[in-house]
Amino acid sequence: MHEASATPAWVLIAYLIAGICFILALRGLSSPATSQRGNRLGMIGMAIAVATTLAIHEIASLPEILAAIAIGGAIGLVTARRIQMTAMPQLVAAFHSLVGMAAVLGGAAAYLNPEAFGIVDAAGAILPVSAVELGLGVAIGAITFSGSVIAFLKLNGNMSGAPILLPLRHVINLGTLAAIVGLIAYFTFDQSPWVFFTAMALAFAIGFLLIIPIGGADMPVVVSMLNSYSGWAAAAMGFTLHNSAMIITGALVGSSGAILSYIMCRAMNRSFISVIAGGFGAVSGGPAAEAIDRPYKRGSAEDAAFLMQQADSVIIVPGYGMAVAQAQHTLREMGDMLKKQGIRVKYAIHPVAGRMPGHMNVLLAEANVPYDEVFELEDINSDFAQADVAFVIGANDVTNPAAKTDKTSPIYGMPVLDVEKARTVLFIKRSMGGAGYAGVDNELFYRDNTMMLLSDAKKMVEEIVKALG
Amino acid sequence: MDFISILSIFVLACFVGYYVVWSVTPALHTPLMAVTNAISSVIIVGALIAAAAGGSATSKWLGLVAVALASVNIFGGFAVTARMLAMYEKKERSDA
Repeated sequence: MHEASATPAWVLIAYLIAGICFILALRGLSSPATSQRGNRLGMIGMAIAVATTLAIHEIASLPEILAAIAIGGAIGLVTARRIQMTAMPQLVAAFHSLVGMAAVLGGAAAYLNPEAFGIVDAAGAILPVSAVELGLGVAIGAITFSGSVIAFLKLNGNMSGAPILLPLRHVINLGTLAAIVGLIAYFTFDQSPWVFFTAMALAFAIGFLLIIPIGGADMPVVVSMLNSYSGWAAAAMGFTLHNSAMIITGALVGSSGAILSYIMCRAMNRSFISVIAGGFGAVSGGPAAEAIDRPYKRGSAEDAAFLMQQADSVIIVPGYGMAVAQAQHTLREMGDMLKKQGIRVKYAIHPVAGRMPGHMNVLLAEANVPYDEVFELEDINSDFAQADVAFVIGANDVTNPAAKTDKTSPIYGMPVLDVEKARTVLFIKRSMGGAGYAGVDNELFYRDNTMMLLSDAKKMVEEIVKALG
Repeated sequence: MDFISILSIFVLACFVGYYVVWSVTPALHTPLMAVTNAISSVIIVGALIAAAAGGSATSKWLGLVAVALASVNIFGGFAVTARMLAMYEKKERSDA
């Protein structure tokens, strides 16, 4: 701690300013108008933190450090430029894993060279408080890393979105967590490498075990949760280094991820614990399979175009399927044509539509949909009753009326968009087989006022655009 | 700084985070995740200390790798956030 107490005042103030920049960066996101300035403040904060750190330490290896920043920065910039907006959930998961790994490596470096971090006592042993902070930072970082890798593989389609359920998984998970906590406590007395590295290995394992049983539909919660973890990892390292910028950032990111997880859970009417326990969407078949024979109305693109031209107002409900089909640009074209014909067009977004919070909003923004046409669930739900057409594209579970009526449904109680109240529902779906991610059949398909448009989402919208023109 | 001062900063920052994040408009939740991702890479500070210090070669190389990983995140995170936010900006202008 001797180094921390000798830190000059200007350094403490510089880190504090960096922390304030980060707070303002998030504050800027309260409206699209101020968001870009916020982002720039974030960059300034980061520059201050990095410059201050480099200025106050004797640097034995400046060329190597600059090379590392240049290589990493170039990879980051190229990725950021090339990535498709539909792949944003995977990208964020991948970035989370990097934060986790950086925390683990930083922690390991601190363990191997504690003098450099100023966390040793007179005898050269790591201070007990620092040992706990270091252990927690490494453990959270490792969980963030392996959890994010699994989330990435699931979101990227390299791994099935279906939950993988190990027998006795709750016992294994709780046992592993207890072992990690125990090892971190023991680490304060015994700082031999086996304690440190066993705790690290177990943390890598638990991150993996925690995410594999969680199904595709719960990915928005997982991504938010891992976001939160990456923050707590940064905070733990901030405690080790007595660095206010890191602690403020960690607290901000940690709360941000936690709040987003909460919003996502609320939007699915699930408790955080049940999401973490996993297994949702594992069972399907039974009721869905028998329901496939029920009668439904099928329409063509021309029918859909005709119905919408007759309408005064159309509400478009996009979901993950729109992202998969990359249909957002064609959809906006359709919206423009309808608007030209004097029809009111709005977009209704369910909080868990897509694979991460706000996923649909970004895709619509990419396609140049004005954001004042885009509404959140609670702001638009009462409008469906007055709408002539609800146009559902790639969404399923978030429109299922069973969530309101069927107590036996796995999604009962989840807030859903009241699309069935519109005079006509146009529902684009690839085929009648295959339920939504929750593995439940959708009552909506068989209603009298629903017309199923069975096709690839993008192809169908293209045909509708042609028919409208 | 002693542990209690640090803990105070942490607890107060959690409260600040709570209120600031609730004020973020849901339309910007994806950029929020991208930018929080970028700023959580402030752990680069720890990595830099390890990379800069003499004494342990292993520690230095671990630090350097961590610096590179965090840099991917910092540059990539801010750039992708800026790219997304520009999409929202565009519409505002075309509307006016």
